[in-house]
Amino acid sequence: MTVVLNQSFTGISIGAVLLLIALGLTLTFGQMGVINMAHGEFMMAGAYTAYLLQQAIGDAGVSLLVALPTAFLVAGAMGALLEWLLIRRLYTRPLDTLLVTWGVSLMLQQLARDIFGAPNVQTRAPEWLTGNIGVAGTTLATNRLFILGLALLCVLGLTAAMRATPLGRRIRAVVQNRDLAKVSGIATARVDRTTFFIGSGLAGLAGVALTLVGPIGPTMGTNYIVDAFLVVVVGGIGRLRGAVVTAFALGVLQSVLEYSTTVSVAKVVVLVAIVAFLQWRPQGLYTLRTRSLA
Amino acid sequence: MTTTTAPPETAPAPLPGKERRARLRVPAAFLAGAVLLLGVAPLALSDFRLSLLAKYLCFAIVAVGVSLAWGRGGLLVLGQGVFFGLGGYAMAMHLKLADAAAAGETLPDFMLLYGTGDTLPWWWQPFANPVFALAATVLLPMAVAGLLGFLVFRRRVKGAYFAILSQALAAALAIWLIGQQATTGGTNGLTDIQGFFGYDLRDPVNQRTVYLIIAGALLLTVALARALFVSRYGELLVAVRDSEERVRFLGYDPANVKLVAYVAAAGMAGLAGALFVPAVGIISPALIGVVPSIGFVIGAAVGGRASLVGAVLGAVAVAWAQSTLSESFPAAWTYAQGLLFVLAVGFLPGGLASLGAVLRRRRSPAAPAASPTPATPTGETA
Repeated sequence: MTVVLNQSFTGISIGAVLLLIALGLTLTFGQMGVINMAHGEFMMAGAYTAYLLQQAIGDAGVSLLVALPTAFLVAGAMGALLEWLLIRRLYTRPLDTLLVTWGVSLMLQQLARDIFGAPNVQTRAPEWLTGNIGVAGTTLATNRLFILGLALLCVLGLTAAMRATPLGRRIRAVVQNRDLAKVSGIATARVDRTTFFIGSGLAGLAGVALTLVGPIGPTMGTNYIVDAFLVVVVGGIGRLRGAVVTAFALGVLQSVLEYSTTVSVAKVVVLVAIVAFLQWRPQGLYTLRTRSLA
Repeated sequence: MTTTTAPPETAPAPLPGKERRARLRVPAAFLAGAVLLLGVAPLALSDFRLSLLAKYLCFAIVAVGVSLAWGRGGLLVLGQGVFFGLGGYAMAMHLKLADAAAAGETLPDFMLLYGTGDTLPWWWQPFANPVFALAATVLLPMAVAGLLGFLVFRRRVKGAYFAILSQALAAALAIWLIGQQATTGGTNGLTDIQGFFGYDLRDPVNQRTVYLIIAGALLLTVALARALFVSRYGELLVAVRDSEERVRFLGYDPANVKLVAYVAAAGMAGLAGALFVPAVGIISPALIGVVPSIGFVIGAAVGGRASLVGAVLGAVAVAWAQSTLSESFPAAWTYAQGLLFVLAVGFLPGGLASLGAVLRRRRSPAAPAASPTPATPTGETA
């Protein structure tokens, strides 16, 4: 029983990390159709922001709290810049965005290597995130609970923003029918950039969260990016609900499989499961109803 | 030739005389390439340079498949490393077993080193048979591609979905190979391969023979891809890329059309992987993961995804630049690689092969915009 609980909690915390990364992708990939391979590097930028702030501030707790909004802004600004420089030219060729942003991600990785050095660096966790909480005979690490809380907070915030704010309405309008939105007086180019800013900013938040559970290095983005895209694909493009359910489901599946087999076998089985799942629901778990024939 | 199949470099509305010359140009270029690869290069290059060229030509074989699936079919194949790896491992497993047998051992050296048992794993055993191993280098990748392609295309999973799934497959295979250290050599892969069907690979003369085999295989692959391009099937493939729904309404099954291109590309990548092993003497997960898989696409993108010659030259040029520049300036090379990719895909989607056409259009702004657009996969294809 304890094993089951432990594995489920590990799975949920893997899921929370996946969710944080995938959340930004549901906006940029799901809503806008841009496959941003540099998303992982925006996450890395957030992680290094947290690292730099800790060097500057010293107190781990304060720097973490400062890092969250700062990383959002830093990664968001990078995303907006990327959108302005490259991606806005490629909206008619979504597959090419994948390749172009991959080139960008290569350069960003090398930039990180040149600035911070190739070896991984680490941040200190604040004291209030180093303990464990005992629940029903199992122990839950507080740093993982913090990530879970952060992920849920982001989901709630994003849902509220998409549903209730004028910006959210504009984003949805542009996604559903770009031309109609444009003739209705929505500045679609600006909406695109703002969407990209938010999506990339969320990657920055994910990066800060990752500093709590692992080292920070130039290649940290590549370790997560494929998994994060799979979450969006299985969840259904652009569906927040899908991303949430899928991230936790894949996290738990991964952790249960890792327990009963090995990490490498678990990865393969998860992929097979995903392909099998797409046989059943090719458009993902939750589908946006459209009139498009594709 | 209708405009749907015309490659980007052909001029609009060709005159009959011009057309005849254009038709002759293809076999002439092919012949020139064959003379260059099979005749001039072995005479002009040192043993060392020739073996490097052999390695680049392996990447060029993969690029031919990429050009077919991606350039013509709009299928962004990001997992070619999987097929390259399957071909490479199938070949390497056989050669390792042959090396071991020649040394009087029953197990490859790395298995003895890890000491994980004294029997060969069951899935290694068939690879002792040379015919099985050789067939597997091409058929195994084709079977895997066929299975994934069948499942994915039948359910109309396409575009980014397909690209990401093929990429995830590359990640999964690399992780799996690294995890199975005792039976696959783990991160090191299968190294130190010495013999090639009874010939000693350390002998430069035999290395030259391997080069000739690889060059021959490349020419064969190019000829095959060219034959596919100009066939009825080639027209259908481009039609599916440009408007899948219309092709469906005309009574064809786009899933089968895409499947053929994907499986053919996988077979070519498998062949390349198999030939890479005797040329370089090693196959490892570092050659088949996500990063090298995207690397296979780079060459084709830079040279020109829709043009066979462009893809081949691009693959060779990028591999050459990588190995010469990355040794002396590793950091600068990574920036250059990224920038090259951004510029080629973002601003010159037809690759360097389309540079001439683009410049010509620039110079004469009055010319009609009738020249066929560079083969860019649109949002809904793949």
